[in-house]
Parts: sequence; C-alpha cells; structure tokens
Amino acid sequence: MQIKVNEQQHTVEADATAGAIRDRIKADADLIIINGFPAAADKVLNNGDQVILIRRGEVPGADELDALLTARHTPGVHKIVKGATIGIAGVGGLGSAVAIALARTGVGHLIIADFDIVEPSNLNRQQYFMDQIGLPKVYALRDTLGRINPHVRVTACHLRLNPSNIGEIFGHAQVLVEAFDLADQKVMLIETFAARFPDRPVVTGSGMAGFGSANTISTHQVARNLYLCGDGKTAAAPGTGLMAPRVGVAAHHQANAVLRLLLGEAPEAERS
Amino acid sequence: MDIIFNGKPRELKAGTSIQELLDQLRLDCLQVVVEHNQNIIPRQRLAETDLQDGDVLEVIHFVGGG
Repeated sequence: MQIKVNEQQHTVEADATAGAIRDRIKADADLIIINGFPAAADKVLNNGDQVILIRRGEVPGADELDALLTARHTPGVHKIVKGATIGIAGVGGLGSAVAIALARTGVGHLIIADFDIVEPSNLNRQQYFMDQIGLPKVYALRDTLGRINPHVRVTACHLRLNPSNIGEIFGHAQVLVEAFDLADQKVMLIETFAARFPDRPVVTGSGMAGFGSANTISTHQVARNLYLCGDGKTAAAPGTGLMAPRVGVAAHHQANAVLRLLLGEAPEAERS
Repeated sequence: MDIIFNGKPRELKAGTSIQELLDQLRLDCLQVVVEHNQNIIPRQRLAETDLQDGDVLEVIHFVGGG
C-alpha cells in the first residue's frame, strides 16, 4: 500500500505497523503521528496514511521543519494556507496576536504595517517583550515570527498607513485584517481598501475593552466583504482599558475568520 | 419611499441623501462605514448619494480600541 512518511511517498506491506515503519525509516524517532494524531507503535497503518516521525529535541532541517510544523493540521489545510498572503494593518493588541496565530498556522506571507514603537504600557496586551522596548513594532514582530516559524515570509512596513499608500502596501493581500486602535482610522482603512479592492474580504475588530464577559465577543458579517470581530460596543476609555484576555479573544476571532475565508468557509456560519 | 436600513424597513422622504439620513440619526460619518446596495460608499460621497425606493443600506458603527 501507499503511505507518506515525513511528507515522502513510500510503498509498504499491507499490514505494516507504525513501529515497523519507524524502525525502517527513522529509528531514533520517539514520536509517531498518523493523520494528525499521536499514535502507538503497534498501530496498523492503512493505505493513504500520512505519518510523521519525530525525535524530540532534535532541531530539524528546513524542509523537515516545514513538515513537522504542519503535522497537527488536517491534511490539505497546510497547502492552502502556505500559499496565502494576508495583510495586517496595525500590529498592536489585535494585530500582533493575529500575526502570531497566523504564523503558527503556517500562512505563507504576512504583510504587517504600523508606525508605532514598543512601549512598556503595550506589554499588558500586545505580543512584545521587555527586550523589544524602543524597537519599531513591525521589526520586533518580524523577529518574533521568525522564532516561531522561519518559513513565514514577513514584509514589515514601518510607516503610517493612509489613503495614498494602503493600496500599494496591501496590493497582494488576499484578506486584510483591520487592527487599528482609533475608530476613524478603522473607517478610513476599510473605505480605502474597499474602494480599491471591492471583492477582497476585510476582517475588522471593534469593541473589546475591559473585563466584561468574553462570551459577548463574536464574529459577524456586517457587509458583503466585511466581517466584524468584537462586541461592537465596548470602546477603550478611561476606566475601561484594553486588557489581554478580551483583546486576545477578539484577535483570535479575527485569525480564525481569516483561516475560514482561506479555506472557503463563511466566517460566521457553523461548518455543516 | 421605503428603504431597508440595517435589516429593517424604514420610510424616508424622496431624495434623502445618505448623509442626510446619518444626520437625522445623529451618526458621526467618521466612525461609521456605509454599505449601499452591497457597495461600501466612501464618506466623501455620502452627501451626493441620494437614496431610492428599495435601496438596502447597512451602517456599521465602530468604536476605538485594538
């Protein structure tokens, strides 16, 4: 029968076990993953199975790393996300978390843009570290993304987005994530991108301040190509600050909406 | 004339522009995105876009924070 082992095609006997294949191909592996799930050595393989053999602690080479990072994805998902280009406008509380989630997911190319510098107060919710204070956020984030998944291509733009540069910077983005802070800037970004690329989806964030219930944060389609993640009303204000948990929930709603769009699913609908 | 506004029927005077409707509703055009018949209308065009009978309008309000 035909199986794949560490992304390579192999012909093996019909009743081969995971352990037998491991002994033959990578005897020092101490973790066997079959079709996305860890498996015992005595598990009998089936035609078409996708097997990943890992030795814990070993630093893999580039191609092997790519295969291993996607070992837990549903087969087929990785090919689609790896070919995707996603734009993220703003890399503060929302954008930095979205970027990390999408890098871990294996998105091929991220275009990130922000004028801002990492400050101590950012660390209460933004995905930056003490040793990055003073750095432009886009460069700090690009560094961090490279430590997570060196195969993600990151285009870092340290500038203020405005109507005259948005179209050029996000020209290749299949989906745009709106991750700004100010309401009027969110509007400016959405109007500008929609005027230039009316058929490309935008995933926006609105309403995520404070520590109210996280259950009120959701994803809704609000226009033909516009999906809103947040509770829609809790603005950042004195007394209702932006905090890591709810901002993170909204950001991961955004990242999941992007993933669903790439995989041909409506962000809001249940998968049937 | 009648339009559908945020999913609900609404009666308006003939020739009302989108900007006039926003003013009636006291909505700040800097903080809303307007979708008119499935197209997002930039705010510079809100005053010159008159609504017609049967139009479908979505006005999405944004708050700060992110």
